[in-house]
Amino acid sequence: MVVLLVLLGLLFLLIVWAIGIYNKLVRTRNDMQNAWSQIDVQLKRRYDLIPNLVETVKGYAQHERGTLEAVVKARQQAISVSADDLARKAQAENALSQTLRSLFAVAEAYPDLKANQNFLALQEELASTENKIGFARQYFNDAVMRLNNLVQMFPSNVFAQVFNFRTGTFFEVEEAAQRDAPKVAF
Amino acid sequence: MWELVRANQRRSRLIVIGMALLLAAMGYLLGDSFLEGQGGAGLAIALAVWGVLWLITVSAGDSMLLSIARARPIEKRHHPVLYNVVEEMTIAAGLPAMPSVYIIDDPAPNAFATGRDPRRAAVAVTSGLLERLDRDELQGVIAHELAHIKNRDVLYMTTLIVMVGTIGILASMGRRLFLFRGGGRRRTSSAGGGQAALLLAAIALLLMILAPLIARLLYFASSRRREYVADGCAALFTRYPAGLASALEKISLSPRRLAAANEVTAPLYIVNPLSVTRAGLADLTSTHPPLSRRIKILRSMAGQAGLTNYDEAYRKVTGRAVGVVPRSHQDGRVAEARAAAPEAGDPRARVRGATDALWRLQNFAFIPCVCGTTLKVPPEFRGPALRCPHCGREHEMAT
Repeated sequence: MVVLLVLLGLLFLLIVWAIGIYNKLVRTRNDMQNAWSQIDVQLKRRYDLIPNLVETVKGYAQHERGTLEAVVKARQQAISVSADDLARKAQAENALSQTLRSLFAVAEAYPDLKANQNFLALQEELASTENKIGFARQYFNDAVMRLNNLVQMFPSNVFAQVFNFRTGTFFEVEEAAQRDAPKVAF
Repeated sequence: MWELVRANQRRSRLIVIGMALLLAAMGYLLGDSFLEGQGGAGLAIALAVWGVLWLITVSAGDSMLLSIARARPIEKRHHPVLYNVVEEMTIAAGLPAMPSVYIIDDPAPNAFATGRDPRRAAVAVTSGLLERLDRDELQGVIAHELAHIKNRDVLYMTTLIVMVGTIGILASMGRRLFLFRGGGRRRTSSAGGGQAALLLAAIALLLMILAPLIARLLYFASSRRREYVADGCAALFTRYPAGLASALEKISLSPRRLAAANEVTAPLYIVNPLSVTRAGLADLTSTHPPLSRRIKILRSMAGQAGLTNYDEAYRKVTGRAVGVVPRSHQDGRVAEARAAAPEAGDPRARVRGATDALWRLQNFAFIPCVCGTTLKVPPEFRGPALRCPHCGREHEMAT
């Protein structure tokens, strides 16, 4: 009788423990998915801001057609790449960051443009959106790391196998130089 | 790191339980000495006083705090940079919702966070802070505040301060009763009982004197600990400890006394709004660690930004063997991900941004003039047109 009770108690503890691990896996995966949607929101925000920026700059700096076109093209490119291919998406978004950076560098040469309230507001918005993308990516990558640890390490990997949890892919920035992207002095 | 909250909770629970025991012991002894030996009744009264105070503070604390500090809610249009930085740090900290943003019109640079629940939190900064700090430094300060929200420090510190307050009330009550009634009524059953009662009364008297002191020291120690941990989290969120370090340096060089702060609200600010640098014994009785030490720790993280790195730096700087971040939640070293800011930002533009925010809060209209001046028109202005004081152009007022 006592032995039976002890066994039942142990079984109960085992079940509680298993539920804990399963919930942790689910929580971490949800966290990762939320983090991804945050990145997505900010990327879309950037797509929306760029046409305004291009229009504003056009009025002051007609000679910079090449730079402006590069920005428009990079934006199209980034929109067209689906998020299913994270590596290519990251690459396209980085290219967009680059062209934006050169656009703001060019703007330095136009004092009238730099005094334009509209331009200044757009500059702040884009700089901040760039930061938000950076921080969202940082949080996402941390979440991916936590999920991958759970999926690969014992004992949670057993549950991950049974319930079909997969490892996540990092949203990476390859070149060291681009790690400063959020810091750009627009 | 993301389970730091839970590790903190464990340690916090111990401190809360310790204080609750202290409170209960006082209630019991007071009841035993003065309510004709009914320790239970005293205990019940003590807990009831605490419970009522706690409920009031937790339910109304946020709005009370913000109004005591004379903080006013802003929208994005009032100060876009501040609003954006709070939004950025919300993302970096992974908070479930963006806290509401407040500005305090005060030249002393300071900031605080409040909110018992990360979903309904608020962060307030002074105009002096906005004038002095560049974007990286502001990020550091906001990250520190959001770390308080994320770690649920506000709820915890409120619970503690209410306990400290209740213990204080009980102790002063008890001391007065001892003075006037000389140890209370004694049970007259037997000589042994009399002695035991005498002993109990002596313990009670000692407790009435020592308990408020112990409670306060406990409170100060956990407040300082949470400041360190919030600094570490800020380094992790921004991946740039130098930002917060440089902000604290600037703050340490400025006048610090806030007009609308008091002893109760002080621990919530990023730096103590009451004291100017004190030293020595003050270390034990302060809600904040010395600024110089906080800066030194952040500065010696050497290109790393993880909580493990912060803990190592803490141990190195303080010379203590035991760190400040719970061991189970140091998840290895994290590299600093961002280079130092190439731009410092235009200091004049920062001052303008901060004062403009205050004008906008008072519903001033902004009319840009072609000559580069911006006319700031008070809401009570009723004229049909306004002349630019610089170039003399007429501006028609929109109705």
